[in-house]
Amino acid sequence: MSEIVIKNLNKYYGKNHVIQDVSLNIDSQSFTVLVGPSGCGKSTILRMIAGLESINSGTISIDGNIVNDLSPKDRNIAMVFQSYALYPHMTVYNNMAFGLKLEKLTKDEIDSRVYDAAKILQIEELLQRKPKQLSGGQRQRVAIGRAITRKPKVFLFDEPLSNLDAALRVQMRVELAKLHDQLDATMIYVTHDQTEAMTMADKIVVLDQGKISQSGSPMDLYHNPKNLFVGGFIGSPKMNFIKTRILKKSSQSISIDLLGQKSFLLKKTTTNLKTGDEITLGIRPEHLKISKDLKNAWKGKVFVVEKLGSGTFLYLDKEGEPLVVETDGDSKIKVGDTINVAFNPDKCHVFNANKEVI
Amino acid sequence: MKHFSFGKFLAHFFLLIIVFIWVIPTFGLLISSLRDKDQVALTGWWTALKHNEFNEIVRTEKSNVQFEENGVFIITGNLLKNSPTKSVINFGITSKNPKAFKAPSKVTMKNGSTFYLKKDGSYRWTSDKEFKHKKGKRIFLTVNTPPSLTLENYKEVLVFRGLGQSFINSLTVAVPSTIIPLIIGAFAAYALSWMNFYGRDLIFATIVCLLVVPLQMSLIPILTVYNQIGNFFGVSAKSYVGIWLAHTGFGLPLKIFLLRNFIKSLPHEMFEAARVDGASHYQIFMKIILPLSIPAFASIGILQFLWVWNDLLVALVFLDKMPSEIVLTSRLREMLGEFSQNWEILTTSAFVSMIVPLFVFLSLQRYFIRGLVAGSVKG
Repeated sequence: MSEIVIKNLNKYYGKNHVIQDVSLNIDSQSFTVLVGPSGCGKSTILRMIAGLESINSGTISIDGNIVNDLSPKDRNIAMVFQSYALYPHMTVYNNMAFGLKLEKLTKDEIDSRVYDAAKILQIEELLQRKPKQLSGGQRQRVAIGRAITRKPKVFLFDEPLSNLDAALRVQMRVELAKLHDQLDATMIYVTHDQTEAMTMADKIVVLDQGKISQSGSPMDLYHNPKNLFVGGFIGSPKMNFIKTRILKKSSQSISIDLLGQKSFLLKKTTTNLKTGDEITLGIRPEHLKISKDLKNAWKGKVFVVEKLGSGTFLYLDKEGEPLVVETDGDSKIKVGDTINVAFNPDKCHVFNANKEVI
Repeated sequence: MKHFSFGKFLAHFFLLIIVFIWVIPTFGLLISSLRDKDQVALTGWWTALKHNEFNEIVRTEKSNVQFEENGVFIITGNLLKNSPTKSVINFGITSKNPKAFKAPSKVTMKNGSTFYLKKDGSYRWTSDKEFKHKKGKRIFLTVNTPPSLTLENYKEVLVFRGLGQSFINSLTVAVPSTIIPLIIGAFAAYALSWMNFYGRDLIFATIVCLLVVPLQMSLIPILTVYNQIGNFFGVSAKSYVGIWLAHTGFGLPLKIFLLRNFIKSLPHEMFEAARVDGASHYQIFMKIILPLSIPAFASIGILQFLWVWNDLLVALVFLDKMPSEIVLTSRLREMLGEFSQNWEILTTSAFVSMIVPLFVFLSLQRYFIRGLVAGSVKG
């Protein structure tokens, strides 16, 4: 069952067409992450769902009702902002109770809702403090608490973790995932951080320049990117892209030029490709292996070694863009070493000149 | 150890000079207003706080108070009228030499009598012969007088010179003239910064333009309008309501401008959060903007209040000079002509008119300083 249905949504800022015909179904009780680089329109979509931004054309419906012209408070939503947006002159308790007081709930009801939310977020002892006396993480909890108390159908998160430091971000990520299980609510989460998207989402929607680039489950996006943009956006470090051209095409396989060193056979075939077409090869760092075998391999000089403990990333100097290779944590390879890198042709992605996968 | 820098030293030095330049005349005014009017005429205010020597001429008791004791005639009394704070330093018995003797000492008069004067002014005058003088004998004293400050001048100007009424009149003008533009300005500033409506930027631009319209230019047209309204309703054109509205009009552009800049600088996510929480514009204004803007309101209110309090021009144009309407500044100006020789009255009146700004400034100075940077820095 779809909780939120977005149909042919459009938004213009002056002449800028920032949201271009976006259609999206968001399932009830799912955790959907809108992800994309800055300026891709992800926050705008969220704000349109919240009712903070007007809609130029298209419809948004929540729970079967079109909400285009409803004010934010009538949409049964709650929003958590990147900058927390707490009311600085009120105590934590009053921050969380603000919306409830406006709804004219009874004092007992407000009390119980605030204490319940505080308990879930473990901020009970902070209730009488002012926001300025809290740390960043505590403030974000209060902001989330403020959303929880209102018991909305849909939670909207606008980059809620990007103001926190790295360690806290990881911790809050886990807590948000836990919260989603606990509350059984629909959550829509906007972020530019693909790690957050991968770790929390049931469904990721990748946006690029006001359009949906691809949507699906995290692993689906990871393994089957539909285009160059999604391939490059999902996964860290980035997928390696190698520009090349088709040398020869047969019915079973295509033969391509690999950086002038080798010609190499690829099993994927489509009828749309011709000999001489430019293609881009996408290979994830973990699918590149250091090997002595020279089949499907390049030679390269290491210019950066990033040791993470659990693994090591080697940056190889390859005309133009660096090639990133993942290897085991105890690797002895040093900067300046020349190594052989091989890859599995089945694990690589091939994109055509229109940046679509083939 | 703090790093010594010449620039810092210079800044502090000039600050000190500015403080002196401001404090000394103010202090002088205060002291002068508290002094006895005779002393104001004789010495400067800076002598008021130490003991002063004054020359006095007093007379002893007449001969009828004498009494006889063991064949000696005695007159006793006190030349300083038992004033406990004064004391005699020198005294003399002739006008040629008024400081001939140092108190206490025993002096033999021409007629052979003995005059003994103590420091506290008490004397014992003894003679073998019976005293026959009808008027008391003149004694020349040099008296050490302690500082004496009195509130007599304040009573004089407030009660008998009509300054008390003017003070109340000034408050009657200044308080509503501060509150009305502040309320209107706050609502306008909120609307201009956070509500979307057609022509908003044009209205704001117009308000900014109004900032530079000189007040003097609009005085007469407004008075003409007031006269017409007054004629139409058969009431006086000059009234408190008139001056409230005039001050409101003259003050509003700047108030709206400053408040709008302040409110605009508040984080917009807070407003959005409040909207999602279900607050209407009015609720956002009352429950979020107002509490957060108190420093800005306070500082801008102070600026407006001081401006209205010190205003003379607008009050002259829009208020009558009758006692029930004349404001402090206007009354002060009249007193300058009336009592040009009476320093004690002028200094006291001046200080009365200063009390309110002084109090406002000292008690709310931290808001005042914030007000000066309102708009550029978040309060």
